Amino acid sequence: MFNQQSPFIQKAPSVTLVMILVMLSLVPGILAYIFFFGIGILLNLTIAIITALIAEYFILKIRNLPIKLFITDGSAIVAASLLAISISPITPWWIIIIGTLFTIIVAKHLYGGLGSNLFNPAMIGYAVLLISFPAVMTKWPLPATHLLDFNIAQQLEVFFYGPKGLIDSVSSATPLDYIKTQIFLDKPYELNFSEGMPIRSYFNASIIISLSFLLGGIFMWFKKIITWHLPITFLVSLTLISLIFWLIDSSLYLSPFIHLFSGGTLLCAFFIITDPVSGPTTPKGKIFFAFGVALLVYLIRVFGGYPEGVAFAVIFMNICVPLIDSLTQPKVFGHE
Amino acid sequence: MKLLDKIFKLNGGIQTETNKKVSTKNPIKSLPIPSELRLSLRQHIGNIAKLKVKVGDQVLKGELIAEADGNISAAIHAPTSGKIKSIEKLLIPHPSGLPDFCVTIVPDKKDQWIKKTPIDWKKIGIEETNKLLLNSGIVGLGGAAFPSHLKIGNNRKNLINTLIVNAAECEPYITCDDMLMKERSKDLIEGIKLVQSLLGAKETIIGIEDNKPESYEIISKLILKESNIHIKIVPTIYPSGYAKSLIFLINGIKISKEKLPPEYGIQMFNVATIIAIYKFIIHGETSLSRIVTITGNVKEPGNYDVLFGTPLDSLIKDAGGQKIKTNTFIMGGPMMGFKLPSIDVSVTKTMNCVISAEPEMIDNKKEPLPCIRCSKCAEACPVSLQPQELYWFSKSDQFEKAQNYNLFDCIECGCCSYVCPSNIPLVQFYRYAKSEIIAESIIKEEADIARDRTDFRILRLEREKKERAQRNAERRAENTNAEKSKLIEEKRAEIKATLERIENNRENE
Repeated sequence: MFNQQSPFIQKAPSVTLVMILVMLSLVPGILAYIFFFGIGILLNLTIAIITALIAEYFILKIRNLPIKLFITDGSAIVAASLLAISISPITPWWIIIIGTLFTIIVAKHLYGGLGSNLFNPAMIGYAVLLISFPAVMTKWPLPATHLLDFNIAQQLEVFFYGPKGLIDSVSSATPLDYIKTQIFLDKPYELNFSEGMPIRSYFNASIIISLSFLLGGIFMWFKKIITWHLPITFLVSLTLISLIFWLIDSSLYLSPFIHLFSGGTLLCAFFIITDPVSGPTTPKGKIFFAFGVALLVYLIRVFGGYPEGVAFAVIFMNICVPLIDSLTQPKVFGHE
Repeated sequence: MKLLDKIFKLNGGIQTETNKKVSTKNPIKSLPIPSELRLSLRQHIGNIAKLKVKVGDQVLKGELIAEADGNISAAIHAPTSGKIKSIEKLLIPHPSGLPDFCVTIVPDKKDQWIKKTPIDWKKIGIEETNKLLLNSGIVGLGGAAFPSHLKIGNNRKNLINTLIVNAAECEPYITCDDMLMKERSKDLIEGIKLVQSLLGAKETIIGIEDNKPESYEIISKLILKESNIHIKIVPTIYPSGYAKSLIFLINGIKISKEKLPPEYGIQMFNVATIIAIYKFIIHGETSLSRIVTITGNVKEPGNYDVLFGTPLDSLIKDAGGQKIKTNTFIMGGPMMGFKLPSIDVSVTKTMNCVISAEPEMIDNKKEPLPCIRCSKCAEACPVSLQPQELYWFSKSDQFEKAQNYNLFDCIECGCCSYVCPSNIPLVQFYRYAKSEIIAESIIKEEADIARDRTDFRILRLEREKKERAQRNAERRAENTNAEKSKLIEEKRAEIKATLERIENNRENE
């Protein structure tokens, strides 16, 4: 391309570099995952990324777009990775393929490809899977204190042949899931965090994984890939909302601490809602958006039909983005 | 000297590689008088100057060649003594690349001055001084080329409290103001005192970027004893030298879109302009030369004190020529400058810098990708626009929406394009949208005029028809009355006469 007009100089990290940095920021979280849940997450990631690249290749070909330019932008890899990380590490391969195909083909390319998707592609893929295969999608393995509990052979077996009897011996309901079920059944519940209880070990793992995502998030903020607006607003809002409910009735509602370190809270704060394409662009808009997601996440977690509400909350708020953006235009220099 | 600590934080802006050091190693250089000077008559904002010479005329240095046409215009003087060779259309350094009227002078190398008349402005008063300034040929030498007498005269309406001297020079590569401050600081300080009293301002603040420590030191020392001249360091963040940005950085005042700085008691001049005014009033020297930075892809980058009209190629040659052959030259900085149509142009009042283009400046290898709405551009925008939205609207020809998102507040500084990870030439889209909107409004205006004319024509035709009908009716009515009876009388008289004649004839027979 020839520069006919000013500016004649330019210096910006390419989209590819941004995506590479995002992938790098995911590494601590992934490592923590492997430590607690075995190599299942790696299998998820591998199959998702391969599927994404193949799907991207064919779609670009059909759409007559320059393949090399767009496949190397890395956006497909990031979307597929976020989906893979959101899915339980004991998920059979075909579920991941279906989710990834939906993410790339429908959520990304049918909406116009890079830069045009209205919704967060990974969350669309996740939502489709959650609605279609609720039983598989909500099964999480017990975090291993040592990896022997759930060895690689078993992991591969689940991956290729699907969860059979094996699962029940190693899987457990997440704290969010457990409480929801108990409330739904109108049974009293007790969160026994004492040593040796499944919930305890699960929550410990969840804290470490969350902190690892936080680490990656701080790295992205440091590298100026994301601004503070979205993650901080989201975390603060979620804390405040859960604090209010918890103060009202601590026997019925979980503490802000559990909400912050359960499920995908930190992943959502730094990696999901920070997707620039489907998110708002104005600083004020980012604050509204993140608050909306936090409120919906809480409502779905506590009052909705699903144990985790990130995907639906993000998709719903994605719909509001054009409105949020148009209502939160910053004041132009010299305007009253 | 008192250092005013507080600097207001500007929204956005970018930190670039300044590339200024290469051209500040050597002092300002003067070139011998070239064999030909080509003076464009369009070197300023406003009306093209009115020609006062003809081919073959002998002119002296400083003699008026073309006078200001009206108030918003500036005069042009002969930069040296010589003979007018031709007046014709030649290429001028303008983004359009279209030729325009130029006066070519063949210098006689005597460099003989016309009689210089210094101005005792206190004696003749500010109004008279301003009239003289109108034909001093002085325009804003920072690059805008706004006739300076307009800025001095404006304070009759608004009381000016503060003179701000723009020494920021925020564009990368350009160093002409920096060099001027280093080498002609005394003239500058005298000039500041003069302009300050011309304006009636109480204080002067010099705004300088922190990447010019030497100039800062020199000026700080000179203003130690001046109680009402201050110097303020602003961070090296482009575009801190944009007038409204600099005022905000220094005073925290946001100049409204519809208003001008004088309405806030502020007037701003560039350092080079201050010196030009000083030279005109104290020494009676009109605006004949300026400092030009020649840099970029040349062997010996540097600054030159050159006469207006000097051919550019002689400057490039003196700077050692291009390192890599590109034959492309950018006038102004790399952020807001433009490509020169050719090297065959000559120095004008607006030419602060010519960058011999580095190959990567003209052939950007990076392919543009779709916008990913990362809003880096919005973070960089110094006027707090939403460039990603403007891009979207400009690209899809939704001009009305682009205007609603304040497209015309865009100063085309280029920060958004600079930081775009998708390599989108954003500013080009805004220029396109702006020109389309302007063209549309011209067409609309013309259509409105045409429609008015048609309406009027129909009205006129109807009126004429009515009038004609009325006239006819009146004539008919008249005919039936007075005219007719008169006609009848005449006819009768004729008949009577004829009958008499016949009678007479018969009698004669």
